[in-house]
Amino acid sequence: MTYKENARKYIENYDLSIGDTVKINKEDISYTGILLDRPEDADDGYLVIKLSSGYNIGVAIENTTAELIEKGDKPKIGYDEEEIPHDPSKQDISIVSTGGTVSSVIDYRTGAVHPKFTASDLVKANPELLDYANYNVKALYNILSENMKPEYWVKAAEEIANDINDSADGVVIAHGTDTMHYTSAALSFMLKTPVPIIITGAQRSSDRPSSDANINLIDSVIAAKSDIAEVCVCMHGSLNDRFTYLHKGTKVRKMHTSRRDTFRSINAQPIAKIENKKVNINPDYSYTKRGANKLALNTDIEEKVGFIKSFPGISEEYIEYHIDKGYKGLVIEGTGLGHVPDNLIGSFKRAQDENIPVIMTSQCLYGRVNMNVYSTGREILDAGVISGLDMTPETTYVKLCWALGQSDEYSEVKEIMQRNIAGEFSEKSSIRDFLN
Amino acid sequence: MDYEKLGLKMGLEIHQQLNSEHKLFCPCKTELVDDNFDELVQRKLRPTQSELGEIDRAALQESLRGLNFKYENFEKHTCLVENDDEPPHSLNEEALDICITIACLMNMHIVDEFHTMRKQVIDGSNTGGFQRTGMVATDGYLDTPYGKVIIESLGLEEDAARRVETKDGFTEFRLDRLGIPLAEITTDPSMHHPDQVREVAYMLGQILRSTNVKRGLGTIRQDLNISIAEGARVEIKGVQDLDLMAEIVNREVQRQLELIDIKNKLQDRNAEVLDEIHTLDELFEDTESKILKSAETIKAVVLKGFDGLIGREVQPGRRFGTEIASYAKKRGVSGIFHSDELPAYGITQEEVDKVTEFLNIGEEDAFIIVAHDEDIAVSALEEVKRRAALGLEGVVEETRKALDDGNTEYMRPLPTANRMYLETDIPLFKITSERIRPIASNLPELPDVKQARIIEQYSLSEDLATQLVKRQEADMFEAILADVDVDATPVASLLAYDLREIKREGHDINILTLDHFKGIFTLLADGKIAKDSVRKLAIETIKTPDEDIADIAEKSNLTMMSEDDVAKIIADIVANNEGMVKERQMGAMGPLMGMCMKQLKGKADGGMVNKIVREEIQKLI
Repeated sequence: MTYKENARKYIENYDLSIGDTVKINKEDISYTGILLDRPEDADDGYLVIKLSSGYNIGVAIENTTAELIEKGDKPKIGYDEEEIPHDPSKQDISIVSTGGTVSSVIDYRTGAVHPKFTASDLVKANPELLDYANYNVKALYNILSENMKPEYWVKAAEEIANDINDSADGVVIAHGTDTMHYTSAALSFMLKTPVPIIITGAQRSSDRPSSDANINLIDSVIAAKSDIAEVCVCMHGSLNDRFTYLHKGTKVRKMHTSRRDTFRSINAQPIAKIENKKVNINPDYSYTKRGANKLALNTDIEEKVGFIKSFPGISEEYIEYHIDKGYKGLVIEGTGLGHVPDNLIGSFKRAQDENIPVIMTSQCLYGRVNMNVYSTGREILDAGVISGLDMTPETTYVKLCWALGQSDEYSEVKEIMQRNIAGEFSEKSSIRDFLN
Repeated sequence: MDYEKLGLKMGLEIHQQLNSEHKLFCPCKTELVDDNFDELVQRKLRPTQSELGEIDRAALQESLRGLNFKYENFEKHTCLVENDDEPPHSLNEEALDICITIACLMNMHIVDEFHTMRKQVIDGSNTGGFQRTGMVATDGYLDTPYGKVIIESLGLEEDAARRVETKDGFTEFRLDRLGIPLAEITTDPSMHHPDQVREVAYMLGQILRSTNVKRGLGTIRQDLNISIAEGARVEIKGVQDLDLMAEIVNREVQRQLELIDIKNKLQDRNAEVLDEIHTLDELFEDTESKILKSAETIKAVVLKGFDGLIGREVQPGRRFGTEIASYAKKRGVSGIFHSDELPAYGITQEEVDKVTEFLNIGEEDAFIIVAHDEDIAVSALEEVKRRAALGLEGVVEETRKALDDGNTEYMRPLPTANRMYLETDIPLFKITSERIRPIASNLPELPDVKQARIIEQYSLSEDLATQLVKRQEADMFEAILADVDVDATPVASLLAYDLREIKREGHDINILTLDHFKGIFTLLADGKIAKDSVRKLAIETIKTPDEDIADIAEKSNLTMMSEDDVAKIIADIVANNEGMVKERQMGAMGPLMGMCMKQLKGKADGGMVNKIVREEIQKLI
């Protein structure tokens, strides 16, 4: 029960429980309905009543009396677990949930939405899944995507490696969308994979009929069965429920707060378009084929990495603070080609002196960092700052965490940052790769 | 019909668009668009599951049909919220305040806190697959000539998208209407006479129109709940014409009585719907029936004990078979063939005999044939079986659509009450007494009160006052008279009658502003124009609305002449008719008046003309 203080006392005083049918008497009207729980951020002076018409209303408890009409049954949520048939002619796909709701069950009696994540739930909500594969489903953890931490990337990578060792033919990871591109980059660096690893999610929650979850999930399963043995993000390719894109895990970014087609390949094209249950691979794209790599797991990671956005008037204190606090590396989101105000350059030198690698990226997102063009850029380079090339700032941040997990040495970290590990940068900037 | 004996019970549900500036949960305007769309977005909807895997009955029904939709987006008129690509913005408080006004006018109790709910609707008319709706007030009443009617609830909800067309497996909707605030008013089902329903609907309409709501076609929609004692509750959607209300009620009562009678007969005969779906393709190999010939397959089911009852009329021109067919049609067939109507449609007696023999049809049995693609034919016959079997139970609870002739047609099952859950994207909204008080103490006058007051205050005839209120011109009337000291009757008759005629003549009366009216009636008050010229001047003003009214009157030759000029003209006329005056004395008054008025109409007051003519005659005799 999330009722607080006054409301809580009131409920306890009348010996009521959530789910009971109650009658609240006010001076000139009374309301009869089911007592519901209240969202946590709401006022303690109100009760939530679900009327027989299905509507919820809030009733101010001041000057009211309550009576119990009927004790409510404890709501039973979810269905009975059912055995999912195993078809030996189909591939085995492992589905891992990190939170977010790929399937939800609505308890219409109380109006509550319960995220569900057992294989049986998933198949009940998306029965057409059975047409494509056999499933091994597990909930790894249940967190909001914004609460993701580097340590969870490690756990996910280990779990996926286990599944692949257990002969999964492909892995689908259900993930909240906010930090999906950080996780996709992390898994790209941590895992060498012989099978597809597909990360997906939904921009509209799965408790609504218009949710994009079903299409994204089905297409992810189809991608997981494909020949593309890479870490990819699979999400809606347009506002239509018509096709999804498969983006390279290191070249993708969430670009809109709410649209379904929020994920875009940055400084790259999608690997494939999935339409009508078929994977159409971009012919210009050379991808790692199924079975080409042996499974390898490298989850060594340094979590103490700073991520700083430059802005007009930024003080060097931002840099000094991170050095003072013992940060092991810094990613800067500079302006334009990779610049910061020149008052920061002294602090960059100090970082270099203290063996702290600093990587420069651009808040333009599109295009390549090049610090040779203007004098400030050259001074920044001279201060030991390493170019993030055409990587997204987020991928650069994840890569630096991983690189610092591999080595403490500035020069070795620099070498790793400039070596292409998982297709995170390209040499060539294509005329097509902008705002699409 | 003896409604009381039949246990007739009726309730009304009224949906009224509110005239707020913005939509309920986004900043788009509340206006419909006739432009071409800028973007067309394709979507699918899936019914979501409730606890224990139960999908709502109505939602399930809809899900069995193809759920492919296209949405017309407009760069200027719609935004990502309507397209379900952005969470809703905060509740539109202007719309809420209009609802609070309506609630106060209907003596309702306003809830302490408004919770926005999601009501699942997956016919595509809402892009999210649900309609956002909330309860504003409950437990009000209305005093009517037939007694008190309880107003159960007042909801505030989003209007749905407008359906444009269905073709090639897609239903296309326009997003302009989606999100316009609607007030939903529900009465209790305590009305017992069709005239009462009509009266209550009228009164509710009058109350709504005294508040800031949309006017015109399609802005108010009336649904009727109706049942008789042995029947079942049926919701009739979209009763447009209040005058049709009584006919719809009568025909629905008739339908329910017929269905009850059919039920009794079916039970007497131990009727039964057989489960098997038969394939008749071979029997119709050489058929002349175009419909059958062009179909992929021809299938049939047997209804034991149904003979003669399928063809039984339940409403004028609609049979029990029509009811069954309307269920089948929801599965994509254009119709069914039943044994009560055959031979017909190119199907011969010989073919009927073959089917009768093949299906082993007995004396009292019937069959129904469907011709279409395999999947659709089977699915349609499943519906035929379901609806036919429901015939054994009498009247079915369902949502029906009002047709123009007073009949009704099946739309979908009645929604169950439980398909609602909290819209978590919108904060709970407290409705404080500080919010209600200023609204409650400043309520608009109800039409009947306003009418009585206007009659009293301006010494108007009841007829003029009624028309002013009915045509929503009373506010304009009072605004004019607040500033211009002029006789109320010509003002009222211009607004109540002449404007309508002027509009009918093809003039855009919306051009006329309060200032125009004040200008016109100031001229009248100052004696610059005649009463008779008001209508003409209004028309001329519509033509050149930016010009000074006095100039318009002058140019249009509507300005009155001075008394001296009038006297001169009259003197001339009388002088020219001296012979007649001499001969007929005062008897020449009539013809002379006629001649003078013909020349002076609109330029001189009749009373003055009368006075001068009289004087001139007296000079001569």
